[in-house]
Amino acid sequence: MDKFQIVRGPAAPLLVDDVDTDQIAPVQYMRALEPDYRVALFARWRAAPQDFVLDKPRFSGAPILVAGRNFGCGSAREVAVWALMAHGVRCIVARSFSDVFRESALKNGVLPVQLDAADQGSFEAIATDVDGAAPFEVDLVKQIIQCPGGRVYAFSIAPHERAALLQGLDDVALTMAYAARIAAWEEGALQEQPWLQRVPPRKG
Amino acid sequence: MSLPAIHAATLFDKIWSRHVVAQESERFLLYVDRAVVDDVRAPHVLASLAKRGLPIRRPDLVFVVQDHTTPSFPTHRGLGGSDFLDATRAAAHAAGLTLFDVGDAEQGISHVTMPELGVVPPGSTYVCVDSHAPTVGGLGALGFGCGSSELEHVLATQTIWLKKPRQHRIRLDGALAEGVSAKDVILHVLRIVGREAMRGAAVEFCGDMIAREPIEGRLTISNMAVELGARTSLMAPDAAAMDWLAARHPQERSAELAGVRKVWSALRSDAGAAFETDLHFDCASVEPQITWGTSPSTAIPVTSKVPSAGDAHGLAADKWRRAIDYMDLTPGEPLLGKKVDRVFIGSCTNSRLPDLESAARVLRGRRVAQGVTAVVVPGSRTVARQAERAGLREIFVAAGFQWGEPGCSMCAGGGGERLQPGERVVSTTNRNFEGRQGAGVRTHLASPATAAAAAVCGVIADPRRLAPNS
Ligand code: SF4
Repeated sequence: MDKFQIVRGPAAPLLVDDVDTDQIAPVQYMRALEPDYRVALFARWRAAPQDFVLDKPRFSGAPILVAGRNFGCGSAREVAVWALMAHGVRCIVARSFSDVFRESALKNGVLPVQLDAADQGSFEAIATDVDGAAPFEVDLVKQIIQCPGGRVYAFSIAPHERAALLQGLDDVALTMAYAARIAAWEEGALQEQPWLQRVPPRKG
Repeated sequence: MSLPAIHAATLFDKIWSRHVVAQESERFLLYVDRAVVDDVRAPHVLASLAKRGLPIRRPDLVFVVQDHTTPSFPTHRGLGGSDFLDATRAAAHAAGLTLFDVGDAEQGISHVTMPELGVVPPGSTYVCVDSHAPTVGGLGALGFGCGSSELEHVLATQTIWLKKPRQHRIRLDGALAEGVSAKDVILHVLRIVGREAMRGAAVEFCGDMIAREPIEGRLTISNMAVELGARTSLMAPDAAAMDWLAARHPQERSAELAGVRKVWSALRSDAGAAFETDLHFDCASVEPQITWGTSPSTAIPVTSKVPSAGDAHGLAADKWRRAIDYMDLTPGEPLLGKKVDRVFIGSCTNSRLPDLESAARVLRGRRVAQGVTAVVVPGSRTVARQAERAGLREIFVAAGFQWGEPGCSMCAGGGGERLQPGERVVSTTNRNFEGRQGAGVRTHLASPATAAAAAVCGVIADPRRLAPNS
């Protein structure tokens, strides 16, 4: 996974609530094992004769997406994250995220930011006003977003999430440090609740 | 002198704390008793693990299912033709994992087969690379959905890192009226609770409605709790749940089951256990529900009118307008009588035996209306066999339904169904998002009985008006 330290570029406002993964990556565009994720991204929204924000030349490859409430709800499909990444998105600032989507984003080096409730409105207004004319800068080292015009927003993120993003590490190596405890848990369960450790044979 | 602290634990707490392997500040490393990967993610997940050189820690606790892209009919080609099925089969064999393959006696939708095969016992933790994993909560197992990368971690370590969710309880009391089912209850709850209040939380369902409900109906409710935004949902396993499991177990397990009943009986929230909210619903007055909009929380009684902007259950005016336009409805018009093009009975929400029975009660001696394409897809081969034995298949086919091969089918359109833009579908599935069943397709979520009523009437109809024929 790519490291995330500082990302700079246009912030595309997509201020819609409850954007589900069926919108972000429609299943009908996933007919190949390795589909073209760029084409899949918001495919139906882009097909409609309307000015879809990510299709505007100034947001081509925009690394920051500004979204509404409950972004990424619905199906757990991680291809939704991959489709956004194919467009170049590395950071999503949303009012809130679905948990599964948020976790999948983190696992792919995409930073999910949820600003304090008091800051969300003004940040969205700046993103809408600037409308791609100037770059924003997301700095995970300092945990701030620098807006064009000078306004700075601080954000918080769990220390382990920040560390993993900064170093481009995934959890498996970290978890392996607990291998002995995992084995001990299995041993204990086998003694106390063996049905948890054993699956009944198939009827065939 | 201080008294010993008396700690009242919730059902969730009991399963959770039993499975904690380690803790790092706010997050917990939880042991995963069972993991499932399906045909849309298996090719990628298993290839990625192999590429990273990560062995699967407990192949005996991991199951691979073919459900999302299995063709519903011999003439259909599922998502990607057979690419996903072939790649999944090859990857499962290479990794030495148990595969429920197309054509196997126990194949079906993961959320249907895992409970019915007794794979996911009460009190176990379960992770599936699909959002409806919490379906197993209907049996008192703790299920979590996750993405592909997360599942790689689960397969490599047999654990998952999670933050402890907030906890809510929903008490469902009252006897359901004739023609009303668990699906109507959860749609009703969805309208009232919405999709924000319980996002990310663990939700426990209890009450005498649940106690009376067959296990399949409990699974329906637990399945759709996901649409509340809940991360997981649970119900205490009672004697009925244990009997249901025992009846589905091979002989050699039954003896052991008798011994574990005592342990499972303790899986319930203690009196005085604290929940962030404790909601209570009287289900006796719930009517058959149907959604009018593009979110599962837009359910209304089937006899109601399409809401106008003012009373659109918390939807902002622009969202309400967009949903009305997409669904091609007029505010204030009744949903009853609205012409439908298709009816689908199936999915991990409503494809179990009692679901098919309740639809068949409406269909017996009736015919699907002209111009309606009606499809029923049992959730698993086990269900299909039971239904055939019970004569249900005959009833569906005589009524003019197409009887499909077990799988997700029209729920997400991975099974080769091509719906046309603008078609109106009454569907027993769990999601009615824009384009979920195909570009421009208008989905109304409802119970199997309401779907069957729409099929025979050719329009949205009230199943209570169709008395069973003998
Ligand atoms: S039936 Fe639908 S909701 Fe259920 S697992 Fe399949 S695609 Fe997902």
